[in-house]
Amino acid sequence: MKIPLSWLKEYVALDQPPHELGDLLTFAGLEVEEMEYIGLAQPNHNLHQSKTTGLEWDKDYFVVAEIIAVEPHPNADRLVLAKLYDGKREHIVLTGAPNLFPFNGKGPLRDPLKVAYAREGALLYDGHKPGPELTKIKRTKIRGVESYSMACSEKELGISDEHEGIIIFDASAPSAGTPLADYIGDVIFNIAITPNMSRNASVIGVARELAALTQTELRLPSWTMKMAPVEKPLLELPHIDIRKPSLNPRFTATLIENVTIAPSPYWLQIRLRLSGMRPINNIVDITNYVMLETGQPLHAFDYDVLHQRSSGKTPTIITRLPEPRENLTTLDGISRTLDDFTILVADSVGTLSIGGIMGGGESEVSPSTKNILLEAASWDYTNIRRSVQAQQLQSSQAGYRFSRGVHPEVAPHANRRAADLMRQMGGGKISQDLVDEYPRPLSPVVVEMPLSEIKRNLGITIPPNEVVHILTSLDFQVTKKESVLQVTVPNHRMDIGSGQAGIADILEEIARIYGFERIPETQISDTIPRQQTNIALEAEERVRDICVNLGLQELVTYRLSSPELEQLTLENIAEDYVTVSNPIAPERVSMRRSLLASVLECAKNNSRFKHRLALFEIGPVYLRDSTSRNAIPALPHELLKLIIVLSGSRSELSWAHGEHPTMDYFDLKGLVDALITATHITDYQIETADHPSFRTGITAALLVSGNQVGVFGELLPSVSAAFGLTKYPVLAADFNLEALLTSLPDHHLTKPVPRFPAIVEDIALIVDKSTPANYVTALITQTGGKRLTRLQLFDVFEGAQIGQGKKSLAFRLTFQSDKRTLTDKDAAQLRNKIVKRLNQEIGADLRDT
Amino acid sequence: MLESLQKNAEKALSELQNVTDTTSLKEWRSQNLGKESVIMQTLGNLGGLPTSERPVIGRQANNIRQNLETAFQKRIDQLRDSASETLPTASLDVTLPGRPVQHGRLHIVTQTMRRIYAIWADMGFQIYRSPDVETDEYNFELLNIPKHHPARDMWDTFHTDTPGIILRTHTSPGQIHAMREYCPNPIRVILPGMCYRYEQITARSEIQFNQVEGLAIGQNIRFTDLKGTLSDFARRMFSANTATRFRASHFPFTEPSAEMDVECFLCSGGGCSVCKHTGWLEILGCGMVHPTVLENGGYNPREFTGFAFGMGPERITMLKYGIKDIRYFWGNDLRFLEQF
Repeated sequence: MKIPLSWLKEYVALDQPPHELGDLLTFAGLEVEEMEYIGLAQPNHNLHQSKTTGLEWDKDYFVVAEIIAVEPHPNADRLVLAKLYDGKREHIVLTGAPNLFPFNGKGPLRDPLKVAYAREGALLYDGHKPGPELTKIKRTKIRGVESYSMACSEKELGISDEHEGIIIFDASAPSAGTPLADYIGDVIFNIAITPNMSRNASVIGVARELAALTQTELRLPSWTMKMAPVEKPLLELPHIDIRKPSLNPRFTATLIENVTIAPSPYWLQIRLRLSGMRPINNIVDITNYVMLETGQPLHAFDYDVLHQRSSGKTPTIITRLPEPRENLTTLDGISRTLDDFTILVADSVGTLSIGGIMGGGESEVSPSTKNILLEAASWDYTNIRRSVQAQQLQSSQAGYRFSRGVHPEVAPHANRRAADLMRQMGGGKISQDLVDEYPRPLSPVVVEMPLSEIKRNLGITIPPNEVVHILTSLDFQVTKKESVLQVTVPNHRMDIGSGQAGIADILEEIARIYGFERIPETQISDTIPRQQTNIALEAEERVRDICVNLGLQELVTYRLSSPELEQLTLENIAEDYVTVSNPIAPERVSMRRSLLASVLECAKNNSRFKHRLALFEIGPVYLRDSTSRNAIPALPHELLKLIIVLSGSRSELSWAHGEHPTMDYFDLKGLVDALITATHITDYQIETADHPSFRTGITAALLVSGNQVGVFGELLPSVSAAFGLTKYPVLAADFNLEALLTSLPDHHLTKPVPRFPAIVEDIALIVDKSTPANYVTALITQTGGKRLTRLQLFDVFEGAQIGQGKKSLAFRLTFQSDKRTLTDKDAAQLRNKIVKRLNQEIGADLRDT
Repeated sequence: MLESLQKNAEKALSELQNVTDTTSLKEWRSQNLGKESVIMQTLGNLGGLPTSERPVIGRQANNIRQNLETAFQKRIDQLRDSASETLPTASLDVTLPGRPVQHGRLHIVTQTMRRIYAIWADMGFQIYRSPDVETDEYNFELLNIPKHHPARDMWDTFHTDTPGIILRTHTSPGQIHAMREYCPNPIRVILPGMCYRYEQITARSEIQFNQVEGLAIGQNIRFTDLKGTLSDFARRMFSANTATRFRASHFPFTEPSAEMDVECFLCSGGGCSVCKHTGWLEILGCGMVHPTVLENGGYNPREFTGFAFGMGPERITMLKYGIKDIRYFWGNDLRFLEQF
């Protein structure tokens, strides 16, 4: 919300520099997001807590001037020559401002027009450029007439975007020559209002905060209206019929007769503009002005329209819920079908406006309006918020305030205040006091707060009289009964609860005004909770470390994905997705069920500039159909997965490598082997497997304790291609990490370092091609016993020399004993035993070398 | 006899000067100082000499042996010294890049999260995790944010096709899970995890982001403790001299609520574009746990108090490394990830 400092100063005496006031507000929870200096100099230091903008009006160049006469331009119809006096001498100013044309050729003006005058050399914004662009006024000739200075528009001075005409001040403006900055120079605080501070979406609210923070008195405007009572009023106030008091607790109305619709005086227009609102006419402007001032939105009806609608009888205002499919055309010209929860202001004929949000077009104030019915009502804020969202009326200033809560006690004050301003500025008359329907008055909230709560919650002791002072400065009424404060909440606030919540609310007020910075820092002295380890997280992080140690780069991808992307893996993914009902993009519609798809998508994006990819990700997939392990059954199972993807060249391009072979299945298998070794899982098997994403014959399954925990291998070329990976084969592993982690041993035993030398023997064995290598190694390991300390498969060969359907496996055997130095004889014995066993079991023959 | 020994020795010494490699040096040693050498033979056979000659010859022979030994050691040193001169001249381009090492990396966000975990672990806060897909009840209602309350505007929520099930907008529902699990014991936990907001993906806003929330509950937890604990964290996370400040703020689940700023570590508080010339960086939101939230977690707010805080690891990472675009994190461009 934008609040001009000049307006705040009407209610509280402030002589601190503006940036100090901005800081005070920010630290008290009213974050000043921007400070806009209008004509005034910005503080001359490097640091400022809020974004600071604005244009300074040099006092020698920008002054109030008086236009004495407006004369036609000799050579241009759309320009006039304004003769003006700037306090020193007379000047001729060329202008095309439409608001001077009515004075054109009228001779010397009886009442000179006071304007904002910029002398030659003044630095201001270029009114013809779309954005704020600085320019310096230079001497020039326009159609034969010399021009060197100007009368400014609001845009040129940085007040608003208005550039339709020049500023014409009220007659009460100071005399010619007065520096402009001294007259209308200002500072705008743009404050972010948090939901608990709805009372401060108003100038008085912020002034009250500043009064409390600076220990200054708050001066409120008069809430009374001057009436001219008559014996029998010409017009009658309507009857008010509230059908849903829970949604519309209060409705007040005043009647202002015989007003003249006209533009507002300039001082009011500029206030509205500086506050971010557009002036319309005096009546509408006053409703907005009082709303900005008090926080209470108001609505002005054309009384005569209501009167006509009720066929000349005294109108009745009814607030109620809509009939099925009831319509209303609001003053933005949109015809709206109303939801059954949206409360309406209606009369006996039909709808007039959406309660608390937006008026209807028919009864709005028009240039010919004579009599005003002014509404100030109270509405249930949750209901208003719902309607604002349903009708997409977030831009409504009234809706903004009512959906955050406006206390019903503010309505009559604001109504009388606005009515009185209409009387003054619209030339109207008030002959009756307001009609006030308040079926369910709110009882004042009283919070009993033991003073000990301050120490218990804030950790400090504040003297009771300071506490009382802080609260009374915010208009709380406080009585102290021994060590308990009885705090009565002021009748403009809706944010203070009762009971323990109310105490917390009061404590926040005390701390805020006392100042968070004055509260010291301490170390927790409370009991230390029982310490425990998050075993699942630690195991997960361990696997992350292992993957990194294996040379893989970790990814973190979007968990929102799409079934279309995941179907590209050809995996049979069930349709039971957690689907978002308000997605931001078609590729982010559901919580992923395939982590592989997400990683492959990343691989694709990187493949354009990387010829070697070695990636992994650990993260959840969201399975709604799997047996839920959650306390809340409607929630999906968030299953932790590990994906590894390899593709491209085995090594980075380097002069030091002769060739750069492409990675294949055994690069991935090496990683899987190393991963298992690093986890110290011992009870596992790897076997041939089938999977729809992978190439038959190059797919393996990892089983731990007999249960499959994942598959790995080479992706089907069609799957890789679907992800745009066509250059190299793509190797991938898809592990159920949750299952793998449950098998993770938390420790393992070590072997002593050997004390006796080893004997190394190489053997090559010819076996059937179909015999899996891990079967052969298992036999060798078993037969070799504990003296066979190491077994390495260092060559695999197939060829005519060894016969069709055969392969040769060459092993290096390392024999070692922890008791003595083995002899060649010992080694030969073991070797023969192994060869014999292999021959018996699988018909393996020793290959002659 | 001594003369011939002397002659032999002289010959050996002159030969030694011609020896240039280690093999010849070994040969020379075994020839002239080995078991079979004249001098060692002589010394070994002293017993066969007449008693009168023994001391003289013994002493002289020993002198000769020592001379040979000294000369041998000296020659070794000489050869070692000149070794570099005698090696063929090498001409390696030592500026060539080395053989590439293929090493892996953690994603930068994991690195930041681990740093945060480690600091809080040292301060006695354990890690508690709760699900990404949550109920409206846990994400909002139990946190003092009723349906249609204006405070809901603070979170743009992804809803799912199951009514009442949403993607969590913050890790705060974990507070209720943790409280209900640990009540009535004291709690000190951090709650890390991925959160989701219905936003457009731009350089400054993302639909998913990590949060690390913290919660301390006990019978003697005060606002002063909150300030002290979080300032300790800031000093460990940023630098030993990092200053902090607390501004009043609003969150429905804490009261009083605050924002903690740390002195800008890029300009040391002098003002720069990153801190928008304030000298301070907004790092985390915090506050005393709202009595209603304590109650919803099972704790009696008349006996228990607590504080909570929440921070964004991605934001901290962006500030620390001058990252201008939040989309880099889940974009996973290796040219970005490999910079960490």
